[in-house]
Amino acid sequence: MMIKVTINGALREVDAEPDMPVLWVLRDLLGLTGTKYGCGEALCGACTVHLDGEAVRACVTPIRRAEGRALTTIEGLSPTGEHPLQKAWTELGVPQCGFCQAGQIMSAAALLAVNPSPSDEDIDRSLAGNICRCGTYVRIRAAVKKAAKP
Amino acid sequence: MPPPAARTELRTPTSFDVIVDRGERSQAIFEEIGRVLTHPRCVNCHPADDSPRQGELHAMHDPPVLRGAGGRGVPALPCAGCHQDRNVELARVPGAVDWHLAPSQMVWLDRSVGTICTQLVDPQRNGGKTLAQLHDHLAHDGLVAWGWNPGSGRAPAPGTQAQLAALFQAWIDTGAVCPQETVK
Repeated sequence: MMIKVTINGALREVDAEPDMPVLWVLRDLLGLTGTKYGCGEALCGACTVHLDGEAVRACVTPIRRAEGRALTTIEGLSPTGEHPLQKAWTELGVPQCGFCQAGQIMSAAALLAVNPSPSDEDIDRSLAGNICRCGTYVRIRAAVKKAAKP
Repeated sequence: MPPPAARTELRTPTSFDVIVDRGERSQAIFEEIGRVLTHPRCVNCHPADDSPRQGELHAMHDPPVLRGAGGRGVPALPCAGCHQDRNVELARVPGAVDWHLAPSQMVWLDRSVGTICTQLVDPQRNGGKTLAQLHDHLAHDGLVAWGWNPGSGRAPAPGTQAQLAALFQAWIDTGAVCPQETVK
């Protein structure tokens, strides 16, 4: 079935089963591999993308839900990689292995979009579903604070 | 009292006709309704705190989500970020349209059937609903319906949604008397 969806600002038409997870469409059909497969059960947050600006887990979101809507992946967060979060991430050397970081940044971006000056508690609450097995949580929080508006 | 139903079934309204006293019959019918309302599929999203529960033993939700505005989660971690409009079987993620937590004044988890009943009929705590509106909610709401279609690995609520609605109507028709409140 042909499904039209705007991905990172460009209208795309993908040939996929309606229940195919967005993550499969992104990685396997479109080659957008910045979004990672972690658990496949919406438990870890590695596959977080934005659907019309809201954070969703691509591993459990069927592509039919995205039809006619806008998906943003880590590749589309900033055309030049200069989103304040990406700059803060680089400046503070947040990642260790890096596998979870695309999901962490996408969740943080969804938070900042509605709460430009989050408290530590706001950050902890909103990113509680993004697991980092390297334990970079302290640097993640610091980078979100750095990217936030004072 | 009519004979008990199997764990997965509900007794019919007419089975309570053996109780002569109308008020006692009404209370007994609500006790039967309470078998649905206190089922894990229902109470897990009616907690006193801000965290939904999971499973038959009411484990804390994983990942650790919070109630947020309107019971629909917090920014970057909304209920709809994971829960779809239907169950996602391969990932074992339950889903129904407009998945969300019940309002904080509608606490069912760890409450007795009598306490739930008193709360249910209180317009201050039931969203200003009449008994007829409560009946309509229980009979037709899609999120309520999920209780009987919870996906593999989860026990459904006893009986059917239609049977629950019939019991609730019978309870209304017998005066809508709540069982005594007890501390659970």
